[in-house]
Amino acid sequence: MPSRRMIILGGLGTAGALVVGYALWPSHRLERADKLDAKSGERFVANWIKISPDNSVTVVVPHCDMGTGIFTALPQMAAEELDADWSTVKVEAAPSDTLFANGALAEGFILTGRHMTADQLPAFLRGTVANTFRTIAGFMNLQVTGGSSAVRATGVYGMRVAGAAAREMLVKAAAARWNVATDECTTKSNHVMHAASGRSLGYGELAAEAAAYTPSSTPTLKPKSAYTLVGKPIPRVDIPKKVDGTTNYGLDVKVPGMSYAAIKISRVFGGKLKAVSVGDVLKMRGVQKIVQLEDAVVVVADRFWRARDAVASLNPVFDNGANGGVTSAQITARRTAALKSSDLKSDLKTGSGADALSGGRIVEATYQVPYLSHAPMEPMNATALYKDGKLEVWSGTQDGLGARAQCAKTAKLDMANVTYHLMPMGGGFGRRLPGFFNFLDYAVQTAMAMPGTPVKLLFTREEDMQHDYYRPNVMSRFRAALDAKGMPVAWTNDYTTDGGADEQAHIDYGIPNQDVRYAKVPTHVPTGPWRSVEASWHGFFIESFVDELAHAANMDPVAYRLQLLDEKPRHAEVIRQAAARAGWGTPMPNGKARGIAMFESFETIVAHVVEIEVAPDGTLKVDRVVSAVDCGSAVNPDGLKAQIEGGIIYGLSAALFGEITIDKGAVMQQSFPDYDVVRLAQCPQIEVHIVESGAALGGAGEPGTPPIAPAVANAIFAATGIRVRELPLKNASLAAARPQSARL
Amino acid sequence: MTFQLKVNGQTHEVDVEHDAPLLWVLRDELGLTGTKFGCGISACGACTVHVNGEAIRSCVTAVGTVVGADITTIEGLSAKGLTPVQQAWIDHQVPQCGYCQSGMIMAISALLAKNPSPTDNELAESITNICRCGTYPRIRNAVHSLAKA
Ligand code: FES
Ligand code: FES
Repeated sequence: MPSRRMIILGGLGTAGALVVGYALWPSHRLERADKLDAKSGERFVANWIKISPDNSVTVVVPHCDMGTGIFTALPQMAAEELDADWSTVKVEAAPSDTLFANGALAEGFILTGRHMTADQLPAFLRGTVANTFRTIAGFMNLQVTGGSSAVRATGVYGMRVAGAAAREMLVKAAAARWNVATDECTTKSNHVMHAASGRSLGYGELAAEAAAYTPSSTPTLKPKSAYTLVGKPIPRVDIPKKVDGTTNYGLDVKVPGMSYAAIKISRVFGGKLKAVSVGDVLKMRGVQKIVQLEDAVVVVADRFWRARDAVASLNPVFDNGANGGVTSAQITARRTAALKSSDLKSDLKTGSGADALSGGRIVEATYQVPYLSHAPMEPMNATALYKDGKLEVWSGTQDGLGARAQCAKTAKLDMANVTYHLMPMGGGFGRRLPGFFNFLDYAVQTAMAMPGTPVKLLFTREEDMQHDYYRPNVMSRFRAALDAKGMPVAWTNDYTTDGGADEQAHIDYGIPNQDVRYAKVPTHVPTGPWRSVEASWHGFFIESFVDELAHAANMDPVAYRLQLLDEKPRHAEVIRQAAARAGWGTPMPNGKARGIAMFESFETIVAHVVEIEVAPDGTLKVDRVVSAVDCGSAVNPDGLKAQIEGGIIYGLSAALFGEITIDKGAVMQQSFPDYDVVRLAQCPQIEVHIVESGAALGGAGEPGTPPIAPAVANAIFAATGIRVRELPLKNASLAAARPQSARL
Repeated sequence: MTFQLKVNGQTHEVDVEHDAPLLWVLRDELGLTGTKFGCGISACGACTVHVNGEAIRSCVTAVGTVVGADITTIEGLSAKGLTPVQQAWIDHQVPQCGYCQSGMIMAISALLAKNPSPTDNELAESITNICRCGTYPRIRNAVHSLAKA
């Protein structure tokens, strides 16, 4: 796992270190922003906030749109502090320029995620920390949307502060014009008012004067009680263009004179192209060029389907090296062996660790989850034009600036000679984060081979599925010791990892003696962040095993968890809410049962209670999910619910069907028939309840995913007595199920 | 070969192979990019358009087989303003990334033309389109709100 990924997805860690706001731009930066991004008299008044002479406000969002609603939630936060009239607020995506880099994610990681202080930073970053987050991010070319961070980093530390600072500057400008004190002025609906004299001025009239003031990095923020926009289910600004087909995704980019490219990449990861016999392919209608790359062959044609058919007719020969024989069974065997070896590294030890196992009744279980593909609806693609030493690229990525840097690197060009257009994405889920830009590399290399011709390179679904960066296959073994009352006194967990230790292996339950270790078992299969990252596996492992302990103790799984959460009132409350709303404990008909799981990820706590039915022939149906969510407080409650619903369904697809297997070194699955996903027919009824604890904001895009698989597996146990320890559930035989009289 | 295609009420002449997929002809020849590509093998529904009012998957439809037929894409559906289905999609805040929604809206519009108030089961049986963002619960609510209206 590249270390860069760790930087990007480290999360913001525990609260405390991130007390400094985003550094606001001084006026020379605003001028640069005006040059770069302002149109027709607009002025930047603070980072991301432009005001027009017609008194409208534009919020520039330094993230990409992958469907999570941040193009509404972030402007909501800025507009709230600015006292802007929402009906005049316009939203734009920021250009892929260092000026708009979003460093908070990196900063949060550096200062809190790994528990470092500023003087422990790498030398090249030292000094920049004290200055601005932006500089660090610029350094790293980060403009990331991921780690469920947009609202909690850019929103909390950026948008709110920028909105409030801009408001203060506008007030100063008005007060100066009127020659009155600033504290005599108030703001509302894009106007500064002076009640004593009955005067008022629109923001549009004041913008130029306001921009000359130095913004405060610590402007006065509104108390929550004064909010009129934040916390409201404001309709999303991007939705109208998503119901009439007019949103322009990367796939839809049109550049005059554009050609289309289709690719065949070595089936075996790491394979090298040895030879390809071109035959009559160049004579096929529309075919313009065959480009040979290190591990792939590309056909460029005048139309996509012609390129696709032409590349399909080629039979390139690859040198697969040692990886050409690898199978899933071998990988599993390696993981099993690693967990048995004495070579495990310590991740966490509390109390007397594993020594405390001798103090009670032992419960033991081993779990495994498979590789998963992201399979966003829009297959990977990028359009590139190389002309006169300059490169222009259009594509949807979760980091526009990082994408631009990657294109420059691949093309061996200066960043200054690369323009990158960040396009809306048909789903991201982690697939389009930096470090995982193979589609950009192929598109850029193809364009470089055809100077002057814009080329749109598009993966077929099959290429997309077979050349992903997969959610890792992971194995995890637990041992716990229960005291006479059935409560755990010792908890040990050994897990495999492709990289380093996983923070998400650390449990929230109060168990006095813990010993968590890991074994590094890298394989040739490329892995990467998949919606909720490590929580997607540790959530399943931990919440399944806690459920096993509850049953071993002959206790109700909800009551058991609550007993272990004395010190975590927020977690306990989320469980109580989900259980109460779902009617936990009321009887269910034969063959039906409930299951619960709770997991915190990205600072948000989520509990799901699911209701399932297992037919006598073993057919599983998930009927209902009742979810309780505590992400501190909801910026846009409807948007939050949508993200949790989406997270549940994404996780349920994986739990039921998701499985990438390896044979002869290559991925065996090709498309949706053999990598099936939830459709309307499998989609349960979903209810999401928001728990407003008022704690620091947590993420929304990912935390709904981790608890769904264990909740379903726990319900299966309650219905049938069968404990499923390996995903996906489609492989589990539930036909032998002896429906018990369900109690839960 | 040249074909006459009637798309959204307009006749276009295209010079393509008989078996060129309608999806790519719509997108690359006619510039109608509202219709999306998701799989190319009739497994996801992202490419759904109407042919004589029926929802079909254009990625596996040879152009030669739809000559003379009335083809409607998402662009044609909303040519005269948003349809009630599209409005319901806004009211219920259905789309997330939105990529599947052209196909979803086309498939559901064709269903509702025949069965204006489908049950959850009927909906699930006839609409097998994939949405990776997981907008199904909202799709259900939006469809039921139309039945009530
Ligand atoms: S693209 Fe046609 S069904 Fe998937
Ligand atoms: S809204 Fe993203 S795939 Fe359906």
